[in-house]
Amino acid sequence: MLPKAKLWLSLIGAATILFSTQIQAAWELNMPRGVTQISRDTYDLHMQILWWCVAIGVVVFGAMLWSIINHRKSKGAVAATFHESTKVEIIWTIIPFVILILMAIPATRVLTEAYDSSESEIDIQVTGYQWRWEYRYLRKDSDEEEVSFYSILSTPRDQINNQLPKDETYLLDVDNPLVIPINTKVRFLVTSNDVIHAWWVPDFAVKRDAIPGFINEIWTIVEEPGIYRGQCAELCGIEHGFMPVVVHAVEQEEYDAWYAAKQDEARVAREMANNVVTMSESLEAGEQVYNTTCIGCHQPNGTGLPPAFPALAGSSVVNGDLEANINLLINGVPGTAMAAFGRQLTPVQLAAVVTYIRNSFGNATGDLVQPAAVNTLIQAAQ
Amino acid sequence: MSASHDDHHHGPAKGLTRWLYTTNHKDIGSLYLWFSFAMFLLGGTFAMVIRAELFQPGLQLVEPNFFNQMTTMHGLVMVFGAVMPAFVGLANWLIPMMIGAPDMALPRMNNWSFWILPFAFAMLSSTLFMDAGAPNFGWTFYAPLSTTYAPSTVTFFIFAIHIMGASSIMGSINIIATVLNMRAPGMTLMKMPLFVWTWLITAYLLIAVMPVLAGVVTMMLFDIHFGTSFFNAAGGGDPVLFQHVFWFFGHPEVYIMILPAFGIVSAIIPTFARKRLFGYDSMVYATASIAFLSFIVWAHHMFTVGMPIAGELFFMYATMLIAVPTGVKVFNWVATMFRGSMTFETPMLFAIAFVVLFTMGGFTGLMLAITPADFQYHDTYFVVAHFHYVLVPGAIFSIMAATYYWLPKWTGHMYDERLGKLHFWLSFIGVNVLFFPQHFLGLAGMPRRIPDYALQFADFNWISSIGGFLFGASQLILLVVVIKCVKGGKKATPQVWEGAQGLEWTLDSPAPYHTFATPPDPKLIHAQ
Repeated sequence: MLPKAKLWLSLIGAATILFSTQIQAAWELNMPRGVTQISRDTYDLHMQILWWCVAIGVVVFGAMLWSIINHRKSKGAVAATFHESTKVEIIWTIIPFVILILMAIPATRVLTEAYDSSESEIDIQVTGYQWRWEYRYLRKDSDEEEVSFYSILSTPRDQINNQLPKDETYLLDVDNPLVIPINTKVRFLVTSNDVIHAWWVPDFAVKRDAIPGFINEIWTIVEEPGIYRGQCAELCGIEHGFMPVVVHAVEQEEYDAWYAAKQDEARVAREMANNVVTMSESLEAGEQVYNTTCIGCHQPNGTGLPPAFPALAGSSVVNGDLEANINLLINGVPGTAMAAFGRQLTPVQLAAVVTYIRNSFGNATGDLVQPAAVNTLIQAAQ
Repeated sequence: MSASHDDHHHGPAKGLTRWLYTTNHKDIGSLYLWFSFAMFLLGGTFAMVIRAELFQPGLQLVEPNFFNQMTTMHGLVMVFGAVMPAFVGLANWLIPMMIGAPDMALPRMNNWSFWILPFAFAMLSSTLFMDAGAPNFGWTFYAPLSTTYAPSTVTFFIFAIHIMGASSIMGSINIIATVLNMRAPGMTLMKMPLFVWTWLITAYLLIAVMPVLAGVVTMMLFDIHFGTSFFNAAGGGDPVLFQHVFWFFGHPEVYIMILPAFGIVSAIIPTFARKRLFGYDSMVYATASIAFLSFIVWAHHMFTVGMPIAGELFFMYATMLIAVPTGVKVFNWVATMFRGSMTFETPMLFAIAFVVLFTMGGFTGLMLAITPADFQYHDTYFVVAHFHYVLVPGAIFSIMAATYYWLPKWTGHMYDERLGKLHFWLSFIGVNVLFFPQHFLGLAGMPRRIPDYALQFADFNWISSIGGFLFGASQLILLVVVIKCVKGGKKATPQVWEGAQGLEWTLDSPAPYHTFATPPDPKLIHAQ
């Protein structure tokens, strides 16, 4: 009874493994083939080694299953007495070795290709922060307006907390995606401002650790226009699961237009630092900044997660000296998770968020901070 | 047989002090095993929290910070609290009986190496109740997340790791001293059971790498409290240095958790196939080769840190080489079963499942060795599936197989075979439902260590969680089986299993408190 049941279970198991390869194609359970030469080569390597494993598995597990079925005591099997054979052992040492060499050759070729980041046409510095990515397009000429921006998760908190239905791109959407042209060699210079992150786009087969103090190189040539999504792949603290990577690969003309628009935006932002803002504008803009930048640690209602992440509600800093409060945001608190936001946020954003926290969560200082004031403090800090 | 007259000569003390003051290898073995089981349940509870949070997309049960504490504590408790002490417990119980020695070579140190462990884990666990929360930087505790950005409880973690390391080093010294000095006359090295061989090699690995772990946590301690900059780039240090030092410990550590399992399976399969182990000599050499290779492959955990290509290639080739001796082992086990006369009691079922599922973990390991492919697999659920296949139906199934196999020798009673088989089948189904879908999740792009995930990962996470709950609940059956077996049951014979070979089976069941006070008859020692 029981042996029979076991036999059936083994057969079902074997059938599942066989069919699962069929299912994989339809259900996208496998590694994506991607849209670059390297990603397709990587996929082929993956499938090649997978099939070697399946083949070896069929032989080894087949021999084992056959023995289990036929060489059981209940069937009257009598144990043989052999217990070694130099010949057999040499054979099954050499065969795996040969298979390994067959695998190592294409793997070496693909790796060598992936490591050749020379002759790139566009260089982008990718910097990881807790918990956002910064993209800075390296200029050919220092007179050009620089394009550099942060890319932050744009999935609303209410979806994460199950108060709203989840979008199709849940957790995989950002406010400002990276934009690159297709059929162009783009080199990424990956680094970090705090802990180690990893920048990953599965469809490009590009994954590189972002390490503070060091710069890693990696490149891609995307062949098809599209929106490609990935995530941070190295544990980087609380919001590690909430820092996606989104890349728009577009035609060259579209890229040029986008790039010019971004340059204009940067010019305007620089000029806006001198504008005077109203309380209601500030509170609205500040809430937006808070919800994308501060909320992970300081929490939706400003309660924080003490002691590592202090509360803002009723905080002596937030309700204390205004200038000290602004400086704290600009410079961060060394040795803690509080980053220096002086470079990460614009003076307009910094002014707005300081206004917001000093007038929310039960804090009521009534202070309205102007971007120009923040700008002065930033200049002083440098 | 020969040792039963020792019984009345010197029995165990009564009450709690028996366990506190004991220097008896069997008592200390039991302490280790019970402690390990308690940690298995604790680490398992953390895993249940993880699987419950991942049951559906969205945040339901825990905050991301607590989730990170759970993944960290789960890893630390399972590696240092469940798997390693279980193997040390088995070594304590079995090595003296297998080599015909009266006890371990250093019995007082043996007591100490066990009794510092509960304090280490009490300290580590107590951080869960502290304001700053438990360590939340993953069991691999990469700097600077574990230094500059760590909760203040990291110092407790460092101290706990130091104590665990000291315990392991003392345990290893003891095993080496015992095996090299206390074998009965006639027990030559190449006649030792493979469990003794694998543990001897494991003990050398432990002595080599535990100080490295102690070193790396001490460097962290200095960075955090004494202003050094080992891992801080701003001060001239290098965060990647941490990873090199950690994995120089970490990779041999992986083999520390699997080599004794090879020894166990090499004892059980011949017993139930009623046939000598195929290729004993090659098993010994393969174990030694794996141990050697374990020292030169560490950076395959770090293919994405941006090493020079020469480094990537070296570590890829060296890692692929491990497949050769590992393959030899698997082929030997299959050849042992081939043309045997097999029966399928619970230990054999666990041992067969070990061979199949460990090999699957080996296959994914080979895939991960291919550097360009690893760029896609790295830090995804594919890696999670890989190392859980190696550690759960690998290391942990072997520990369970060993428990069922030697339990009659320890307690003097046969365990409940029906419950044992029930435990096996539920565990076998549970573990596969739990971990197999994680391969798909990883290939489809789900990173590891995230508390919430994109919608395309929902189905397999749901299935995986169901498997997790089934596997977790099934482990309580093991507890019932062991307690029932300690309390009573059919009397076990000295031989216990028809096909069992080795000195421990020449002793009464239960094994007397003191055994082999006089060496066994050399005629009882056979080639393996």
